[in-house]
Amino acid sequence: MASTKQEDKRPLSPHLQIYKPQMTTVMSIFHRLTGIALALGTIMVTWFFLAVAMGPESYATFRDFAVHPIGQFMLFGWSAALFYHMFNGIRHFFWDMGYLFKIKNAYRAGAVVLLVTVIVTGALWAYVWGLI
Amino acid sequence: MGLCVGADMSMKWEKTPFKSDLARARGLGSAQSGTEHWIAQRLTAIASLILLVWAVSSLVCLIGTGTDYGSVVEWITHPVRATLLILLVVATFYHAVLGAQVVVEDYIHNEALKIAKLWSQKLFFIAIGFASIFSILKIAL
Repeated sequence: MASTKQEDKRPLSPHLQIYKPQMTTVMSIFHRLTGIALALGTIMVTWFFLAVAMGPESYATFRDFAVHPIGQFMLFGWSAALFYHMFNGIRHFFWDMGYLFKIKNAYRAGAVVLLVTVIVTGALWAYVWGLI
Repeated sequence: MGLCVGADMSMKWEKTPFKSDLARARGLGSAQSGTEHWIAQRLTAIASLILLVWAVSSLVCLIGTGTDYGSVVEWITHPVRATLLILLVVATFYHAVLGAQVVVEDYIHNEALKIAKLWSQKLFFIAIGFASIFSILKIAL
C-alpha cells in the first residue's frame, strides 16, 4: 500500500491535452491524418481503374459519383490531403538530412508547406471548375 | 598484434551484449527490421513524389481534353502512361502499407488485435493493388 501511495505522488509525463497546440505538433498530427485519409483514398483509385476496365457503363457510374457534390467534396479533400502530405513529406526529407532543426526554420518550412498546399490545391480546383 | 585487437573486441562483444539475460530470455524488443522499414518508407516516398508530379499534371491535361470514356481509355492505353500508372500504384500502395503498419503499431496494444489488423490491411492493399494493376493492363492491352 505504501508503495502505491509513493507511485501516486510521482510526477506524470504530461498528457497530450495539457500541451498548448503548436504549429509543429499540429502539422505532425495532420501528416499522419492525411496519410490515413490517402490510404483510404486508394479504394477510389482502384474503383476508377476497375470501372474503366469493366466498360463504359461502370465508368459512367464512377463518373456520376465523381462529379456529384459528395464526390467532388471527397476528391477536393483527398487532393488537399495529397498535396499537404507531399509537401510536408519533403519537409520531413530535410529533417532526415539534418536540416531545418532550428525552431525558427522548422516553423518557416511549416508555413511554406501550408502556403504551397493552399496555392496548388486552389489552382487545381480553379482549373477543374473552369475558373481559370 | 594489430590484427588481433579486432578479434578480441568481437569476442568481448559476444560475451557482453547490451541486453540483460532476462531481456534475451523473453525474446522481445527489437524485431531487427526497423531500418529496412524506414528506408522502404522513404524510397517509396521519393518514387511516389516523382510519379505523382507526372500523374497530377497528366490528369490535369486529361481533364482539359475531356473525361468521356474514350478519352480516359486512350489516356491509360498509351504504353508509357500505363507503365507509369502501374509504377505509381506499386509505389503509393506500398507506401500506404508501411504507413498504416506504423499507425497500427503505435495505437493498438492488444497483441492479437494488432496482428489481425496488420495482416488484414496488408492483404487488403495487396488485393486492391493487384486489382488496379490488372485493370490497367486489361485496358492497355
